[in-house]
Amino acid sequence: MSDRFSAPLRFLAVTAFAATLSACAAPRGTGDLGIVVERVAGDVLVVETTGRTQLARVVGLGDLSHASAVYSRDGRYAYVFGRDGGLTKVDLLGARVVKRVQQAGNSIGGAISQDGRFVAVANYEPGGVRIFDAATLEQVADIPAVYGLENRRAKVVGLEDAPGQRFVFSLYEAGEIWLVDLTDAGQPAIRKFRDVGRLPYDALVTPDGRYYIAGLFGEDGLALLDLWNPDAGVKRILNGYGRGEQPLPVYKMPHLEGWAMAGRHVFLPAIGRHEVLVVDQEEWREAGRIAVQGQPVFVMARPDGRQIWVNFAFPDNHVVQVIDVPTLQVIKTLEPGKAVLHMEFTPKGEQVWISVRDEDRVDVYDTTTFARLASLPADKPSGIFFAARAHRIGL
Amino acid sequence: MRLMLFLSVFIPLAGLADVAPQRQAELLHLLKHDCGSCHGMTLKGGLGVALTPEALAQRPAEFLLTTILDGRSGTPMPPWRSVLTREEAAWLVDVLRTGGFDE
Repeated sequence: MSDRFSAPLRFLAVTAFAATLSACAAPRGTGDLGIVVERVAGDVLVVETTGRTQLARVVGLGDLSHASAVYSRDGRYAYVFGRDGGLTKVDLLGARVVKRVQQAGNSIGGAISQDGRFVAVANYEPGGVRIFDAATLEQVADIPAVYGLENRRAKVVGLEDAPGQRFVFSLYEAGEIWLVDLTDAGQPAIRKFRDVGRLPYDALVTPDGRYYIAGLFGEDGLALLDLWNPDAGVKRILNGYGRGEQPLPVYKMPHLEGWAMAGRHVFLPAIGRHEVLVVDQEEWREAGRIAVQGQPVFVMARPDGRQIWVNFAFPDNHVVQVIDVPTLQVIKTLEPGKAVLHMEFTPKGEQVWISVRDEDRVDVYDTTTFARLASLPADKPSGIFFAARAHRIGL
Repeated sequence: MRLMLFLSVFIPLAGLADVAPQRQAELLHLLKHDCGSCHGMTLKGGLGVALTPEALAQRPAEFLLTTILDGRSGTPMPPWRSVLTREEAAWLVDVLRTGGFDE
């Protein structure tokens, strides 16, 4: 259950934790640290994956009902993007908020630049991207997502970092992909790709940083941009994967950011189908489909690429399924509990941490034996973000 | 005061008595967390539109009821008919229009 401490007591508790952390005089790295978002309270837990414990709770991050995080390149600071447009820089070692800015009215996520100097936030309201100095959180650029003849503003989704000091994102209502080059931070160079498809809802960058793929809600297909060769434009892949079948209702939008690439295959959630799509990355053709329990939300590869872990939208959100990559078969169905919202692998993938919102728990599973190794209390947990993301492109 | 105004202006589609108290709690949870996955946990909007009383003021109750039960084609709004009865959906419409979800 959630703790019932009053705000001052919680603050004291956190200060005490922080003092404990810094009083352990031995310097500490962050390679095995991470945060867990408590979506209702608006707090984050600082956790470590070696002993599988909670180290601290950092409070006062605003509305985290939809939240995600990226890391500074030294892995010490998490930049947390809140639903309410708040951008908070959290010091994992000090277990405290370093700085917090209210940069928009409604946000969906963000990214950090290749060199770690800039943090970009994707905003729904006002629709656009704002870019901040990662050290100070001072704004360095504002990119309104204006489209069409009436100069309307679109909600921005699928904001990712890419090599070459670039950010890429999609405009939901506009069906556009924009590529921003920050080589000259004062003068961002923006390249716009129009008519990429209806209602792009999220996107991913492949782990090598080469391809940007946007999922389309409004049609059966995905939009692909080769970042090595943007001149070739955006091309459509997996066009018509539903083949005119009546789509099933989607009670929660899938997330693509937790990319899943294994060998030559990319694994993606189908929209309106209880399937995981398998795409051949060399030809960008469908290589198969795997029937799963429900509408997939996260389709994530274990870091070694041997397994794909999938969670689901309501009403199948109590289940997690594991796909074996060599055979493309579901080999395990776990039932961690009501409302599984997110999964995060340890850097080498021996454990996966799973947030179970309605059970107020984060469970840790062994990815070989599927045994539950630990369970940590957390108040309505959602996103789990480990510091190892600091060194990955597009996360 | 505003709440009173809404209650007096709108004719409820269903009396509160039509949905048992325990089910009401489940429906509020569903509204906050599952509707909230698109419309925001505080229902102030996300990829889906805001569902606050102010945002819905111009929408007829029947339109909201149909939207919940049958979804809106051309948008991601799915039909909830397999999850909710008509009475439950009507109860949710009342809750939305009066801001009754904001404990």
